[in-house]
Amino acid sequence: MSARLTRDNVAKVADLARLNLSEAELERYTEQLGAVLDHAEDVASLDLDGVPPTAHPLPLVNVLRDDFVVKGVDRDEVLSQAPSVEDRRFRVPAILGEEP
Amino acid sequence: MSTIPSTALEIVAAVRSGQLSAREVLEDHLSRIDAQDGEINAFNLVMTEEARAAAAAVDARVAAGEDPGPLAGVPLALKDNLCTRGIPTTCSSRILEGWRPPYDATVVQRVNAAGAVSIGKTNLDEFAMGSSTENSAFGPTRNPRDTGRVPGGSSGGSAAAVAAGFAPISLGSDTGGSIRQPAALCGVVGVKPTYGMVSRYGLIAFASSLDQIGPFSTTVADSALLLEAIAGYDGRDSTSIDAPAPSLLESLGQGVDGLRVGLVTELMGQGIAPDVAARVRQAADALTAAGAQVGEVSVPAAAYGLSAYYLIAPAEASSNLARYDGVRYGMRVDAPTTAEMNAATRTAGFGEEVKRRIMLGTYALSAGYYDAYYGKALKVRTLIVRDFEKAYADFDLLLTPTSPTTAFKFGDKTADPLSMYLNDICTIPTNLAGHPAMSVPFGGGSDGMPVGVQLLAPALGESTMFRAAAVLEAAAPALDEVWS
Amino acid sequence: MTLTHEPIEGEHFVVVSETTGASWEIVVGLEVHCELATVTKLFCGCPNMFGDEPNTNVCPVCLGLPGSLPVLNHNVVELAMRLGRALHCSVEPSVFARKNYFYPDMPKDYQVTQFDRPINADGWLDLPDGTRVGIERAHIEEDTGKNTHAGGSGRIHGADYSLVDYNRAGVPLVEIVGRPHIRHPEQAKTYIDELRAILLTTGASDAKMEEGSLRVDANVSVRLVGDNELGTRCEVKNLNSLRSLGRAIEYEARRQVDLLETGERIKQETRHWDEGAGRTRAGRSKEEAEDYRYFQEPDLVPLAPSAEWIAAIDAAMPPLPAARRDALALAAGVAVTETSVVIAVQRDLDQLALATIAAGGDGKRVLTHVEHNLSGDGAVDLNPATFAQLVTLELGGQLTATQAKTVLAEMVISGRAPDVIAAELGFEAMDSSELEGIVDGLIAESPEEWADFCTGDEKKRGKLQGFFTGKIMKATKGQADGKAVAAILESRRAESL
Repeated sequence: MSARLTRDNVAKVADLARLNLSEAELERYTEQLGAVLDHAEDVASLDLDGVPPTAHPLPLVNVLRDDFVVKGVDRDEVLSQAPSVEDRRFRVPAILGEEP
Repeated sequence: MSTIPSTALEIVAAVRSGQLSAREVLEDHLSRIDAQDGEINAFNLVMTEEARAAAAAVDARVAAGEDPGPLAGVPLALKDNLCTRGIPTTCSSRILEGWRPPYDATVVQRVNAAGAVSIGKTNLDEFAMGSSTENSAFGPTRNPRDTGRVPGGSSGGSAAAVAAGFAPISLGSDTGGSIRQPAALCGVVGVKPTYGMVSRYGLIAFASSLDQIGPFSTTVADSALLLEAIAGYDGRDSTSIDAPAPSLLESLGQGVDGLRVGLVTELMGQGIAPDVAARVRQAADALTAAGAQVGEVSVPAAAYGLSAYYLIAPAEASSNLARYDGVRYGMRVDAPTTAEMNAATRTAGFGEEVKRRIMLGTYALSAGYYDAYYGKALKVRTLIVRDFEKAYADFDLLLTPTSPTTAFKFGDKTADPLSMYLNDICTIPTNLAGHPAMSVPFGGGSDGMPVGVQLLAPALGESTMFRAAAVLEAAAPALDEVWS
Repeated sequence: MTLTHEPIEGEHFVVVSETTGASWEIVVGLEVHCELATVTKLFCGCPNMFGDEPNTNVCPVCLGLPGSLPVLNHNVVELAMRLGRALHCSVEPSVFARKNYFYPDMPKDYQVTQFDRPINADGWLDLPDGTRVGIERAHIEEDTGKNTHAGGSGRIHGADYSLVDYNRAGVPLVEIVGRPHIRHPEQAKTYIDELRAILLTTGASDAKMEEGSLRVDANVSVRLVGDNELGTRCEVKNLNSLRSLGRAIEYEARRQVDLLETGERIKQETRHWDEGAGRTRAGRSKEEAEDYRYFQEPDLVPLAPSAEWIAAIDAAMPPLPAARRDALALAAGVAVTETSVVIAVQRDLDQLALATIAAGGDGKRVLTHVEHNLSGDGAVDLNPATFAQLVTLELGGQLTATQAKTVLAEMVISGRAPDVIAAELGFEAMDSSELEGIVDGLIAESPEEWADFCTGDEKKRGKLQGFFTGKIMKATKGQADGKAVAAILESRRAESL
């Protein structure tokens, strides 16, 4: 049995997803997502012990490709679509955190 | 009255034989778009120049005595989540507004090679999330049968384009019903193939284990033609089935004699509008009359499909949409740090439904909640697969409504997300199982709007499914035939 | 606080605190990322190349462009399995997973890795000192792009902006997670050396720390000797050389012991090694641990290498360093932990040594030569039979150690036989009668000194022995063997009494 979705849950999730929410939005989304999750209680409350998960509809395994070079994309074409470029690299503002 | 034929098969025959030029076929359709798309808004972009060049190329091949391909000269609309090189591909989202992919999707390469004339990019619910095309950042598409109503979604633009005669065929994508449901609401044919039959390379992902690309058309035969052209193994997609495209046109007329067809109990009861249910029964009768054995079958897990889907699809989507961070392409809203820039960009660039699903998916995957939600949903998926297996032990095909209702009015379901999600109860189970399904128009509802009936087949059962579809097409009541 | 290398109970190294006298044990687990030596990247056909112009080895897949999809490189699986089997892991059916987090060098803002079902599990690596270090897992994952920080000091803190190059994004990595069985900075360095040797031998990676194809993070904790519980560990990153690795472990161990001895707790955190300052620093603190929301990668299918494939890899496995050391030590009759054995294998001269021993060369002498006199190019092409000959000449007294070294160097250059070279250099085996003749001649030349030598006291004898030895050496151009000369002088003296 799962607890009802709280405003704090939603705030934390928005942060993980890099979304800024206003107070009003936080409230509204908490309400709406809560309703969806309530509906999903029919799944959450099923006893599914012993049922294996299906991550994938296809029974494929071992799909591999050969290790030889295939032409990529033109760098200029790609960089022309970038919001900010410097010295043939993608430019971003200051990165504060470290790589996890 | 136009002298240009209305089906792809007829156009191809005329162009290949030199009776018609691809150019005149194209200009005919362009003028219709010009006249009516202002109101319908099926297209995000009309590719006038590119289409004219493609048509000219087809005509040149015909003139040179070369084979112009199985789709020669047929105008074709592409859902705007399919990558077209150098041509804006937006997913009807502000966050990708103006983005020009540096590559073509596999299906785009295939239809181009087949001689089709890509005429434009069609509108959709933003990132394919929705059932009405009201979630588009560029305004909704209107149902050509009644412009006060939705065309369905998420492939509303592709369905409407075909229904309005802007193109005889179009491509859409289906994750939980996004081809079949708009097909039903607009009164056209829409097909979701077996998962893995059509390459997803170049389809901008919504939910990777559910997405498939498929055809819209006014006739069953045209969908068969288009599906043959796009299906088949692609080495660039690890989830692609290692088999060539199925042969569908050939077997189309084989009928349904002896085929066992099951009406799915759980999808014929509560939640389905009575006029829709009635048309499904009428379709069942038509199949019986054509020699099929129709019975009832229970697929109990189908009742849990909606919940499982609204945990699995958003979970995958939350991950697939993380890449829209303002760094490499698309919209960027500047900020002093990268993390702030990511958040500002995504907040401004994504619409409400997309944000809702990203958060739902992030929550379902998060520590402490994975087992209860996402983990369980994957197990429900197993139950659905098993229930279908049992059903297909006794039946060759299944029959259900496509959509619980006919097309609803704009704004009817936007206040309550859950009410919108309920549009997908009939279509979702097949996405979860990876099976093929298609919607065939079968008369009108009590409001005169189109009703579609859905045929379901086991994996790789397209050819049987199309045979039954052809029978239903032949037996379908006219749209304006009043329901009683 | 002193760091001593005293083994306790024959096995462990300890840190003895000057402050309290307590004996602390350092516990280290190493996480090593190595770039696999494939032609192309993990999921696409872009070149796997270091040092090219930025953003020239990219495509929709490794840029994570909308609509792109990954396809697994066959050679990645081959090399990952070779590495796993060389580390005695079992190869398991495995799946890929997405590790979700935002960072600009990550094109998809998730990394494709292996989480709960890795391809290789439960192996080990034997160190030259006899320690067996457990390997928990060695899994496949994709590399990220590279950020260059601009403005500010060039380091990430205080930078105005950053520039991203995605050439490295999608390069295949194997992450090797070692169990915390390492007990000393030197052992850690040896572990990396050994791992490098395995990577090079199997061809899995070129393993260059300076190019980033081998990256090491160290999990360091301490505990009192005798304590069976593991202490709180810190992960130390930014170790760009073996020297940094050793220094960082030592620093971190001291830091933790100091904290614990003053009654404080160790905060579990990531720390960065600052080579310039010679210390670790806490990373930016986060309020909560990052939630990566791992789930199975839906764009890839599971991996289940066949038994045939695994058998083929086992059959083709070249001899690995530990086995080579075993073989050489056995043949030479020395301990496997002998420095000369380790060096011989490191220099790929073990085959030569084995062949030389088989051709009759004395094992210990052969190893000594390998260790001290064969460090350059060309040594591996030495003819084992002639090498054995040289050693026999040396042990037979016909060549001094110094002479043997010179002859050996010439053998490496010209490939000629030792006796030929010795003759040419005038190092000829001076037979005893010839030497005696020379000694007698010199005795006859200096009768007074000889009389003094025979009859004088010890001190006088010692001085005159030097006088005669010097003359003999001069006469024989230094070829005479010192011991033989002394023996002859003594025997002549005895005869004259």
